[in-house]
Amino acid sequence: MAGTAHKAPVVLRLDRITKTFGALTANDAISFDLREGEVIALLGENGAGKTTLMNILFGQYTADSGSVAVFGKTLPPGNPRAALTAGVGMVHQHFTLADNMTVLENIVLGTQPLWKAGFNRAGARQRILELVGAYGLSVDPDALVGSLTVGERQRVEILKALYRDARILILDEPTAVLTPQETDDLFATLRKAVALGLSVIFISHKLHEVMAVSDRVVVLRHGRLVAETETAATDKYTLAELMVGARIDPPAVQAAPVGRVLIELENVSTPDRGAAPGLKSVHLKIRGGQIVGLAGVSGNGQAALFDVLGGLITPARGVLRRDGAVPGRWSPRAAVAGGIARIPEDRHKTGTIPDFNLTENAVLELYGQPPFSRRGWLNRGAARAFARRIIDAYDVRCPGPETRIRLLSGGNMQKLILGRVLETVPDVILANQPVRGLDIGALTYVHEQLLAARGRGAGVLLISEDLDEIMALSDVIHVISEGRLSPGFERGSKTTAELGVWLAGHGFGEGDSDAA
Amino acid sequence: MDIVDILLSASFWAAAIRIASPLIFAALGELICERAGVLNLGIEGIMVVGAFAGWMTVYSGGGLWAGVGVAMLAGMLFGLLHAVLTVPFGLSQHVVGLGITMLATALTYFSYRLALPEVTSPPKIEAFQPLPVPVLSDIPVLGPAVFSQTPLTYLAFGLVIAVSVILYRTPLGLALRAAGENPAAVAAQGLSVGAIRIGAVMAGSGLMALGGAFLTMSAFNSFFFEMVNGRGWICIALVVFGSWRPGKTLIGAILFAAFDALQVRVQQTPLGADLPYQIFLMMPYLLSILALVVMSRRAQVPAALMVPFNKGER
Amino acid sequence: MRLEPVAQPTLIRTIGLPALALAATVAIASLLAMVAGAPPLSVLGLILQGAFGSKFALLETLNRATPLIFTGLAVAVAFRARLWNIGAEAQLYAGAVVTATLGTGALAWPSGLLLPSIASAAMLAGAIVLLVPTVLKTRFGVDEVVTTLLLNFVVLLWVSMLLEGPLKDPMGMGWPKSARLIPEARLPRIVEGLRLHWGFGLALIAAAVIWLVQARTTLGYEMRAVGLNRAAAKFAGIPVGPVLIKTALLSGGLAALAGFSEVAGLKGSLTLDISPGFGYTGIIVAMLALLNPFGVVVAALFVAGVFVGADSMSRAVGVPTYLADIMLATALLLMVLALMLTRFRVRWA
Repeated sequence: MAGTAHKAPVVLRLDRITKTFGALTANDAISFDLREGEVIALLGENGAGKTTLMNILFGQYTADSGSVAVFGKTLPPGNPRAALTAGVGMVHQHFTLADNMTVLENIVLGTQPLWKAGFNRAGARQRILELVGAYGLSVDPDALVGSLTVGERQRVEILKALYRDARILILDEPTAVLTPQETDDLFATLRKAVALGLSVIFISHKLHEVMAVSDRVVVLRHGRLVAETETAATDKYTLAELMVGARIDPPAVQAAPVGRVLIELENVSTPDRGAAPGLKSVHLKIRGGQIVGLAGVSGNGQAALFDVLGGLITPARGVLRRDGAVPGRWSPRAAVAGGIARIPEDRHKTGTIPDFNLTENAVLELYGQPPFSRRGWLNRGAARAFARRIIDAYDVRCPGPETRIRLLSGGNMQKLILGRVLETVPDVILANQPVRGLDIGALTYVHEQLLAARGRGAGVLLISEDLDEIMALSDVIHVISEGRLSPGFERGSKTTAELGVWLAGHGFGEGDSDAA
Repeated sequence: MDIVDILLSASFWAAAIRIASPLIFAALGELICERAGVLNLGIEGIMVVGAFAGWMTVYSGGGLWAGVGVAMLAGMLFGLLHAVLTVPFGLSQHVVGLGITMLATALTYFSYRLALPEVTSPPKIEAFQPLPVPVLSDIPVLGPAVFSQTPLTYLAFGLVIAVSVILYRTPLGLALRAAGENPAAVAAQGLSVGAIRIGAVMAGSGLMALGGAFLTMSAFNSFFFEMVNGRGWICIALVVFGSWRPGKTLIGAILFAAFDALQVRVQQTPLGADLPYQIFLMMPYLLSILALVVMSRRAQVPAALMVPFNKGER
Repeated sequence: MRLEPVAQPTLIRTIGLPALALAATVAIASLLAMVAGAPPLSVLGLILQGAFGSKFALLETLNRATPLIFTGLAVAVAFRARLWNIGAEAQLYAGAVVTATLGTGALAWPSGLLLPSIASAAMLAGAIVLLVPTVLKTRFGVDEVVTTLLLNFVVLLWVSMLLEGPLKDPMGMGWPKSARLIPEARLPRIVEGLRLHWGFGLALIAAAVIWLVQARTTLGYEMRAVGLNRAAAKFAGIPVGPVLIKTALLSGGLAALAGFSEVAGLKGSLTLDISPGFGYTGIIVAMLALLNPFGVVVAALFVAGVFVGADSMSRAVGVPTYLADIMLATALLLMVLALMLTRFRVRWA
């Protein structure tokens, strides 16, 4: 996609944007230009300031200083409509679609004066179909959004921007929810858009995608712009270093003796949960001394698998064996008591109670047993001592055990959860997206802890959308797609591309699925 | 009189539609609020306000339609208070709603006592009179049942159609439904979730007040304490029963009112004489609970109902 | 407009804002007094005097506070677990009916056995009344706000039916009123000669017990966890449904004690008007108390004071007693606003 970009006119100019939240400088005098027909990758870790910058561009926040100009005109600060009407379209990471409305209704929402008596459905449909054709975004305008797949929803988001005649597209982590094939389709659409004269800002932290799709790269770190470079003039490793500020070594994975089967699913199925598929005849074994990686695009049954193993749901069909025996009653309490550690996907919604203090959160799974309580009476001293032990051993940075956990950073929250479950020396660890949203320090720490647990003979299930993370850590990799589980692949036996085929739902030939 | 005879009589259905009218207004009001994502438990108190404001306007010499306007305005004022507390400030919709009901009721009773300190039996007003629709009111059974009502009843039925059209056929309705389903979708398109929700709660509260005004201006013709008597709560159940759709909510209201009219008539039959009258009076409330139980499972609740939206939350 | 969390609320925020809310409430009441044609300062003075100004007034306030402590605790316990019990009124009447049924001679036991038995039975009845909407909630997903509200009407009609039927006092000259309780079923006075019965003492004990349960027991921990984050509680293995059921039993039982204490303590018989909305007012009490059990006692005294004071003020200068209800509803709304603003800062743009 490189080529004419340099001579082309500037369409978007960010000029010394600065924004602080209390003591934190989220954006520190960030400036760069986007030219017509160009794709800029905005690269940076979580917390580097990418989202804040885009929120300022879209008037959700007001910058402390600096300005945004689109097609030479400075946007008024703090006005969400200004960027939209100036021709900037945003595809959010979390889709901004109403499930109870059709694709067409979602697209025309807000494009007409609210007090108009009615709207021209036929005209809108015509226009959408034209865009669908021009950009290769196949989607039915009359389908209910609630019934669409994740890939289709993203196309609706892009259509929303195009319908408003956006000349600048901003995509926030667009591939996080896509299979490799859907990602390729998205890139094809972007190429068409650029060919038609649109400009794109592509926000990501996935280096190979940045290399594949962008003309230039802008790297943010801790709120500063640390590099701006032609994509062709750099490489993945340089970018990685720029992004995290230090050379990152992949975690050293030593060989560990493989133990017996600790937990096992045999032919397990669960009912679908709304749009999320349930499990379909899943076979899975987790052995001691192993990290079992579960790769898959989010929303393909990972949650159901995690919940079955973690005691939250009992399988509708099939059996779960723990140490070779079928447990009598399967519940979170039974799982925890039986030595299963569970690190949930969402730290705020399921992992902790944000308005409880550290002590109360530390005993969330254990409050009902000695020494934390006896005959229904809490022993608060024991709980506090336990919390102190976790704070010290797992380096949780906090004012003290009485601090409300809401005030902690994501990394410290995760360390508390890690400490809470690892202090009981579990032999099975279920970790669902354990490093999502963490900075590099906390991320490395979590990975080290998981590897250490493996080293002492525990079995680990690592669920992640990040294929690189899965491939770096796992001894055995399973792929999950629409609730079906692939066979286990030994470390190094499959390439990314080969796993990508499974991620897209192909290869599940043997069961009741289509023989692709 | 046999139950079948009752069910076939025009006077029975005329009563049912009359009983349904205030419920239609108020349930539509609640529906608008909830479709935009705000549960309005102020409904009961706002109906009281509407009943009093409409009646007081006429009692002190204003016209009937002026009374309707004043009632709606008063309702919208309390709606504004509710919306300001629950939308930008994001306070608990349960607590604020109940607080509004208490405040509205107390203010109404206070004003009533101030205006009429010494009355023992509440004074009547010259209320809306039945307005038979030419030709249509001559149809047997249907004519006297449906087409010989007061203007406010016709307005209630007209509003069902109007609200349906607005919700499903206009840009405004689109924005309103989106605000109750995923406010982020509204904000991302450059619209103000806050403005839409505040507007919806005010409009909805206006309709609730109109429902209350129907009681004093088209049914009982005077104002007395506790006259709303849980009708607001019943309307909340009707909205659930109607799956947040105007048409189905209308059907629910008519079914409910028919049952209510029926129990009044059965009380006068030999069967009714044997049973305590309280059993019959309980029926509407029990029926509402039953409707909730039956419908709650498959109801399509607006996904963002009771979820405050704080833009740019970190 | 945007709300930003305040990490460490200052003392000015935590004390000043609620104080401001109360001051604004008083200001609004003054304004309404003026509208009613009475000098605002004297109206406020009369309310204060009528509530706390004499031994008689104080006793009256304590008596009025007693049922409010019970219903306030009932609401606080339920709201803490985010069970929206708006039906304390119904549970109160359930307790009252049981008291009137068992206390009018059906059981001829000595006081020491009879009173605890009646109290337990009353609590059971209140618990059952709240159990129904709670089970509908946990089993069928029916919103308990509306069902508890609607049950208030059902239960009141049911009481009316009983008072015109089986519970009707044959000596009552046709009034819908139960017979008087036998002396053994009456709550004795705390101090002989003072018009204050042991219901008040029981309410204080209940507040202490509830505090102990919430702060020191696993059940209290579970109730708080379920209230603050149901998904996390479920994930951690806390049985959400059973915890809600236990909460309902406790809450319904507490509200029923209000009915028991009014019939066995203050009134001595059951009428349809033993509660002028104590169940609903309990919501105000609980919210003003920040759901804290000892706070409930203080808030109930305040609320009872406003009611008793307004009654006597109204007799003196003719401003309608509904001024009290207005003050309390205003205080509720302003207080929840003030409490939110202690934790969040309003930022424009």
